[in-house]
Amino acid sequence: MSERISLLRAEEALLRPGVYFMQGNIAAAEAALLAGCRFFAGYPITPSNEIAEHMSRRLPQVGGYFIQFEDEIASVIALSGAAYAGVKSMTATSGPGFSLMQEGIGMAAMIEAPIVIINVQRGGPSTGLPTLVGQGDIMQAKWGSHGDYEIVAYLPSSVQEMFDLTIQAFNTAWAYRVPVIVLTDQRVGQMIEKLNVPDYNEIPIVGRRVPEEPPEEFLPFNSKYLIPPMAFAGEGYRFHVTTLTHDERGYPSTSHKVSTKLVTRLIRKIRDNEKAIGRYDSVSTDDADLVIVAYGITSRSALKAVKEARREGLKVGLFRPITAWPFPYWGLKEAVDRGADILVVEINMGQMVRVVREHFANIVNIHSMTWAPGEVPRPHDILMKIKEVYER
Amino acid sequence: MSLRLPHSRTDPLKSLLRMERFPHIWCPGCGIGVVVKCFVEAALQSGIPVEKHVVASGIGCTSRAPGYIKMDGFHVIHGRAIPFAVGLKTARPDLEVTVIAGDGDLLAIGGNHFLHATRRNDDINVILVNNFIYGMTGGQYGPTTLEMAVTTTSPYGFVEGAFNVPYLASALGANFVARWTPLHTKELTNAMLEMFKVDGFAIIEVVSPCLIYGELNNMPPLDMMKWLKDNTIIDHNADLSKISVDFKKPLVLGNFVRRYRPSHQTRLRELVKKVMGGGG
Repeated sequence: MSERISLLRAEEALLRPGVYFMQGNIAAAEAALLAGCRFFAGYPITPSNEIAEHMSRRLPQVGGYFIQFEDEIASVIALSGAAYAGVKSMTATSGPGFSLMQEGIGMAAMIEAPIVIINVQRGGPSTGLPTLVGQGDIMQAKWGSHGDYEIVAYLPSSVQEMFDLTIQAFNTAWAYRVPVIVLTDQRVGQMIEKLNVPDYNEIPIVGRRVPEEPPEEFLPFNSKYLIPPMAFAGEGYRFHVTTLTHDERGYPSTSHKVSTKLVTRLIRKIRDNEKAIGRYDSVSTDDADLVIVAYGITSRSALKAVKEARREGLKVGLFRPITAWPFPYWGLKEAVDRGADILVVEINMGQMVRVVREHFANIVNIHSMTWAPGEVPRPHDILMKIKEVYER
Repeated sequence: MSLRLPHSRTDPLKSLLRMERFPHIWCPGCGIGVVVKCFVEAALQSGIPVEKHVVASGIGCTSRAPGYIKMDGFHVIHGRAIPFAVGLKTARPDLEVTVIAGDGDLLAIGGNHFLHATRRNDDINVILVNNFIYGMTGGQYGPTTLEMAVTTTSPYGFVEGAFNVPYLASALGANFVARWTPLHTKELTNAMLEMFKVDGFAIIEVVSPCLIYGELNNMPPLDMMKWLKDNTIIDHNADLSKISVDFKKPLVLGNFVRRYRPSHQTRLRELVKKVMGGGG
């Protein structure tokens, strides 16, 4: 009886459907609770602190646990522990903390632990600009840990997307058993704007795929599945998990055959599903002879620049990746086939432009507008660059 | 005519071992195998259902133990067994979570986690096998290497100083602190049984012989076993500041510390109950 009452109380304590005026970081925290997150582990770092602070207040209200660990290393590791105990878990951090988490993110990828990491990007390198915007972690998000693995990274550009994509991040993490990163930035994380929380039945929630086999036949990394069903600790499966290269039983192996099978599957989980996972948005790209690629806060400046350019008669469009990884290259194909130039605008010294080049170099002209961290390029700055490209 | 062997006394233990993975990787004379045997013995006697026992470890010789134990087991990355165990235990309080790892893993790379998990009084059990060296990587010195010991990275002798593990754990506030050796199987098993009952951070240091250490320091495992047999004193009330490991004086063993500070997880649960009950 008392358990039922607490469950009801937990539901009552979730953010109700409706319209709110809310900060991005807090919207992400509330979204995590709605997605079922009941464990948060983190370490203080600007500009992500609102998430941890909010979770420390809200988690106990819904029967969840908050721990501020001794560092980001412990925090990200504890997430995998909680996930294997059957509890959805999340952390939030920024540049230096994200660097410290890399080994643990690689571990989660290796043992296929579904965890969510919000990285509110600030200016780097090193301690850099703690309170100011940056987008310099695009490459680290994908390649930060050693070895070959795949992750998924979302790029919210509004408070609404901080909410929507955090829920999506949990669903993707649990559907594919991968670490998922919400790669936002200081501006989107700390801005306050309108948030629309839909009815709960419009919010899909994904959980684990439950093993079908009885414990004595269960293989924790059964290769008959691309994404193996997940057993939780304490359920009687008595399974073994190792961060060493392992076979289907979860036992260490130095066989090249086993290594090939494991690493290939870890990669294929995401690459075979890139079109199901990858997302983008585009504005006025249908007839564009120049397509701006911009994401996060920069895409909002770029949108204004595109509108301005159109007013001046320039056929410019905006392509906004919603996932950095997998990069939604197929969304650019139509514009590339038409021979449109591409201009990548980002608050770093040229990171996503490398990915665009990987797909389309030698097919169309690819331009890069780099921007040092600390400020968002104004629409005017981007418009100047657009004109420069046209004059070439 | 077939020979019928007598039913092995240790048979029930096999149900808790991954027999298909034997022979194990440990060197002849290593003490870790004995620790595993004591652990499964204690787990069987604990009365806690086997599916509720979980073992976690980092990387190193000792950390291979969960690979041979037929329980839910997590062989995670170097130094991080404790935070993984804290995540498991916090998320699922009905689990009995035991970390089995070595001195380098828990006290060097994982030192900060050890420090804070003890301070927080996280409700986990830690079996720290101290063999004074990084055995798996070939014999480098670690945070418990003895004074002037020769290792592959201290060829002229070790001059840094070593942790006194029980003294350290006690100072940090652990609820249960013990030290035994693989020669004291009964006492070690009993200490583990007591550890399972502790609500809070419990640690047993197992001072163990190591072939790698022995070869470099003229103390092969059998000689060390003999030394342990002849030179240990059991003193549960010992002054912990005076019990650092030193082969020039007797090794003090015992169940040194029993405290009843409620664990971090118990306090978190109480907090959640209060917040939910009181509407936050």
